[in-house]
Amino acid sequence: MKHLLSAADLTREDAITVLDTASQLAAATAQGVGKLPPLRGRTVVNLFYEDSTRTRTSFEAAAKRLSADVINFSAKGSSVSKGESLKDTALTLEAMGADAVVIRHHSSGAPHQLANSGWISGGVVNAGDGTHEHPTQALLDAYTLRRHLRDNTGDLAGVKVAIVGDVLHSRVARSNAILLQTLGASVRLVGPPTLLPFGVETWGCEVSYDLDSSLDDVDAVMMLRVQRERMNAAYFPSAHEYSNRYGLNSVRAARMPDHAIVMHPGPMNRGMEITADVADSPRSVIVEQVSNGVSVRMAVLYLLLGGTEGTA
Amino acid sequence: MTSYVITGGTLLGEEAADLLIEDGVISAIGSGLKGDVVVDASGCVILPGLVDLHTHLREPGREDAETVLSGSRAAAKGGFTCVHAMANTTPVADSAGVVEQVWRLGQQAGLVEVRPVGAVTMGLGGESLAELGAMADSAAHVRVFSDDGKCVYDAAIMRRALEYVKAFDGVIAQHAQEPRLTENAQMNEGVVSGKLGLAGWPAVAEEAIIARDVLLAQHVGARLHVCHLSTAGSVDIIRWAKARGINVTAEVTPHHLYFTDDVVESYNPIFKVNPPLRTAADVEAVRAGLADGTIDIVATDHAPHPSEDKDCEWSAAAFGMTGLESALSIVNATMVKSGAMTWAQVAERMSFAPARIGKVETQGQPLTVGSPANIVVFNPSIEAEVVPVNTASASRNTPYGGLTLPGQVVATFFAGRATVLEGELV
Repeated sequence: MKHLLSAADLTREDAITVLDTASQLAAATAQGVGKLPPLRGRTVVNLFYEDSTRTRTSFEAAAKRLSADVINFSAKGSSVSKGESLKDTALTLEAMGADAVVIRHHSSGAPHQLANSGWISGGVVNAGDGTHEHPTQALLDAYTLRRHLRDNTGDLAGVKVAIVGDVLHSRVARSNAILLQTLGASVRLVGPPTLLPFGVETWGCEVSYDLDSSLDDVDAVMMLRVQRERMNAAYFPSAHEYSNRYGLNSVRAARMPDHAIVMHPGPMNRGMEITADVADSPRSVIVEQVSNGVSVRMAVLYLLLGGTEGTA
Repeated sequence: MTSYVITGGTLLGEEAADLLIEDGVISAIGSGLKGDVVVDASGCVILPGLVDLHTHLREPGREDAETVLSGSRAAAKGGFTCVHAMANTTPVADSAGVVEQVWRLGQQAGLVEVRPVGAVTMGLGGESLAELGAMADSAAHVRVFSDDGKCVYDAAIMRRALEYVKAFDGVIAQHAQEPRLTENAQMNEGVVSGKLGLAGWPAVAEEAIIARDVLLAQHVGARLHVCHLSTAGSVDIIRWAKARGINVTAEVTPHHLYFTDDVVESYNPIFKVNPPLRTAADVEAVRAGLADGTIDIVATDHAPHPSEDKDCEWSAAAFGMTGLESALSIVNATMVKSGAMTWAQVAERMSFAPARIGKVETQGQPLTVGSPANIVVFNPSIEAEVVPVNTASASRNTPYGGLTLPGQVVATFFAGRATVLEGELV
């Protein structure tokens, strides 16, 4: 694996290797030995064209825990904001000797271009591109699901996950729809028809417009962030109607099986797609997703840059 | 003036005959003809010079992308003897002054007949009519009017434009794109756009405008031309309109005959174009429509862009691809080799019909004695790889780079003068 651009780049075995490696790295970190040595002397660049405190920080923590040198290159306060092209920025990073570039970009496909244009020789990790994909988010979600539902081993065969909300604009939903199915889970996409992409019936997922009838057989519900501004483009009439029809509140959460967990990639709109009491309830694993994110990103960087696959 | 004998070719791929070009006209057709220069056309088809109804020459304003001269060179190399220069220049060709400027630059280049297209509305703004009559009466003799790149979205403005140009037998060439349905659109809306997370450009945004416009053309008894039709539904609407006797013509581009939207999975902006590449079902439908005459012509929508406008992320890239030099090879690959069309039909779709639609009297004439010598000699069996840096255009944004295409233009004659010989510009 040279790059991680899409969840579709991962076979079932690749994905399990990432999750197993993440698990071993999490255990090693938990022993409190401080930084691990495998990426000493390697340079990881975080190239962020969009504000993303949590993803950037997560990658930064992951790289540092593996002893890599980290350069944060954000669109604000750099030549990027002066209109420098992606190509020139890439050539600059290449000249600085970047071993891996973690890129977040508002344009779908920008990581593909970075990886396939010949501008840089290092590995590329997609940290979210436009409305396309966010594969490390899907990996951390799979990791979280596996910990809670499959004892942290193997795949997710038989697990049923509902992904709810603005699938159309969600890179998290796209990556999860691919990866969770690769790992054997079944996925149900739930949202208003306006927020489900054209061709969604080809994704292999079940599709529903009704949240109430989509909850009583699931092992997990993943709520997607919905921007209030979407109502200005008539995707839905009002924030109030959206949360009435597609928000996860405690009445709806009560329909879920007792063991089922509630997930959210953050940042949440409390009161919009999820109420505060559900977000803070015992079945919510939202905070844990964040810490799992660091372990999973350590595994991805380790496997891309480090030594042999599968051993930590 | 040098005379030329073209020997060993077949006229429209049918009758084997030699052809003598003297003093700007075809002076004899037969065998054993003598001239100053012999052009060996063995294995070649002889076609009337191609006429492009849809070319972006970018001058004035974007001379870094193309000039009238560089675009004329690309046209000649592709076998064209006439191009229609679209109006979306800077300044916009919405006045007699600008269209005359473009027309004069074309005359100076002298490689093809450059027919300026006039804008329908001032500044392509869609709100008030440009001085259509002044452009028609100018030295540029404009007959085709288009806001191409933008749609004349306002139904009342479109109706008036259709009516108004009847006075001088003009035609409105509509870029059919409902603007509200295509805000920020990046590619065809379909399975591929859903997967790639690129904002969709739905087929209905084209079809809804075409449906409206054919009804407007019927209502006011005017002539309508539909630019770069790209969807199966659009073909159906044109077929329906023609069956009702509505005076509508339509064009398809070579790239819509050739590519499907699957190529966008590469995220390579070389494939970013407006209207976007569509599905396999659409490609099949436009090919069938071109074969049966529902679609009247092939037009290139040659849209040159400098490298920096394509060497970037998809959403930042410019729409458009070059096409003058590859058009005939693509039509050969998609329509002739498959047996869907004869060379005589190619002559109709790429020379006779576009000249009729554009009211270009000296172009699109039959290969008979006395006709203006606008001729292309095409060898359909030479396989050649497309190498973008070898283009005669000032821009290299051909989507066919690296592909091997069937056929090569061996010679082009414009008004009796060789512009291309042995595959190279003279």
